[in-house]
Amino acid sequence: MKKPKLTFFKKWSEQLKQFVQSRKQNSKEQGSGSNEKSTPVRENQDPSIFFAIVRKEFTDYIKSWRIIILLIIISLTCLGSLYTAVTTIQDVISEADDSAKEIVKDSYLFLKLFTVSDGTLPSFITFVTFLGPLLGIALGFDAINSERNRGTLSRLMAQPIPRDYVINAKAVAALLINVVLFFSLGLLVMAFGILILGIPPTLEEFLRIMCYLILCIVYIGFWLNLGILFSVRFKQAATSALASIALWLFFSLFYTMIVKVFANRFLSSEAIQTASDMIGRQSLVLNIMRISPNYLFSESTNILLSPSVRSLGPLTMEQTVGAIAGPLPFSQSLLLIWPQLTGLIAATMICFAISYISFMRQEIRTN
Amino acid sequence: MARSIITIKDLTKVYDGQSAVDQLSLSIKQGEIFGLLGPNGAGKSTTILMLLGLIEPTEGEIEVCDLDPITQPIEVKKRVGYLPDDLGFYQNMTGMENLLYTASLNGIPRSKAEERAKELLEIVGLTDAADKKTGKYSRGMKQRLGLADVLMKDPEVIILDEPTLGIDPEGVREILQLIKQLNEDQQLTVLLCSHHLHQVQQICDRVGIFVDGKLLALGNVEDLASQLFFEGSYVVNVEATPINDQLIKSLESIDSINKINQTSDTRLEIYCEKNISPLIAQKIIEQDVELHYISKKDYGLDEIYHRYFEGRDES
Repeated sequence: MKKPKLTFFKKWSEQLKQFVQSRKQNSKEQGSGSNEKSTPVRENQDPSIFFAIVRKEFTDYIKSWRIIILLIIISLTCLGSLYTAVTTIQDVISEADDSAKEIVKDSYLFLKLFTVSDGTLPSFITFVTFLGPLLGIALGFDAINSERNRGTLSRLMAQPIPRDYVINAKAVAALLINVVLFFSLGLLVMAFGILILGIPPTLEEFLRIMCYLILCIVYIGFWLNLGILFSVRFKQAATSALASIALWLFFSLFYTMIVKVFANRFLSSEAIQTASDMIGRQSLVLNIMRISPNYLFSESTNILLSPSVRSLGPLTMEQTVGAIAGPLPFSQSLLLIWPQLTGLIAATMICFAISYISFMRQEIRTN
Repeated sequence: MARSIITIKDLTKVYDGQSAVDQLSLSIKQGEIFGLLGPNGAGKSTTILMLLGLIEPTEGEIEVCDLDPITQPIEVKKRVGYLPDDLGFYQNMTGMENLLYTASLNGIPRSKAEERAKELLEIVGLTDAADKKTGKYSRGMKQRLGLADVLMKDPEVIILDEPTLGIDPEGVREILQLIKQLNEDQQLTVLLCSHHLHQVQQICDRVGIFVDGKLLALGNVEDLASQLFFEGSYVVNVEATPINDQLIKSLESIDSINKINQTSDTRLEIYCEKNISPLIAQKIIEQDVELHYISKKDYGLDEIYHRYFEGRDES
């Protein structure tokens, strides 16, 4: 409870110091006055200690069986889906004649690596949408309560480190795993694509893929922070794992179903008189769908990796009149998913903020 | 007179309207071993966590190593080592790695940390187990590793919460010896929390009896005993058959006997002013009663402790 005040005081005293320094010598006494109190706090902010925790957590993650298994599953499935995508694309290219080939090459073929499947194995993005949250949950669900149950938390707290180092370092280490995994996977898929297909990605395709990878990290970050939140909230690791998995299943399977059941009734109602009424109802349903982070993620994925998708909501005939059916430029795609992206980031931050605050206020004792 | 290294003044902690620690005032001198004794839930752990700045007191002042743990918890934690009662280590790391991790949290450079860890493992007798995963450690080994862990940061004060919990008698003896030795060799101040009285009694310079958040008594073991057992400083236990009124009467005729309690059919508890065991034995034999057992009872902390609880129940 004291820490937030302290950090506030520290920031404040730093600001004061800067202010004082800019005011030059004559106010030096004041400056040293505020110095005296802020120095001890400053010393503790030694980043090497923070990174010592991050390093330890990172090592723990990559040594733990649960993460190793998940990493292997994700890598294998992604490479498997890459294989099916590559064979599908090769079939298409070999069947097409020369003029068609030119067209194919222009139509973001490289992005198809991530989205296309021949029906036997789901595509790369389907796997990530499905398995990503599981990885996030596996990284986060026992972050705090396992320390508590093993009795290491009180030992950790007796060391001269600020309390928030523990939770921050855990989040950073887990995110780092994510970043490393997704960038290496994404780049691997790209590399294989170039090797096997022989088509280099255009700059735009490259940027789209990079954005997609960042999006994946944000999305998994959401589930990670949800896991951390539950790990602070629930004393038993099993409870928090089950709670997070229940939420994950709910959002990835049942939420869409439930909304669809109601939407059917709602949209086919006889009370709808005008087109604008219909559109209003459509967008209401859409917005309800968007409560689910999975939906936000799949929407953004669609826009990013399939440039031919031009809109996320319903379009009236008037709006489409005169539009040329062509891919959306990258900047416009980005603009389209901006709300989704910020929404995901906000949800992630909220989860982390709640876990941060409740961790700071929690009793250290186990019982 | 050594300076006081931990000073607690009118410390109060209220949880949901119930005070866990109530107006506690205490001062611990540098270089002493202080035993804080009390039953479970007396507020010992709460007090310790307040000393470390991990719990904010409702009221009162604390000073540890001339610092206020409320406003400077990190500075305090640099100087104070704490061995929690529910001690645990990272099981997938070796003993050595656990110590090195603690060192890195204290900002000790790696090479120095390794040297110190080796030294400490030697002191606590875990050199052979240094490269074993702590998951395979026995309870006693963990406790010893815990001690090494606490000493990693080279503290001025160590606070040990139930250091002998769940350890076999030989292990307890070793740990207590170790604590005593550390106290003597390195002039370490030790605050020991326990409910194992006779163990604490062996090594503590002073003890405080802590019940329901209040400090009931303070002093060394002999002082406490004499404070409490003024009614008869000696107790002689006797087992004899048969015990009859005649025997009791004849014993009561001895001047220095204050009180005789018959605890069972064959047992007597005799409170007397002097150690008159031979006289009692003689009396019993004169009465033609078979004497099976006679012994003078020594007051240990167990009795002191028990006496406090008796008193508390009556009041």
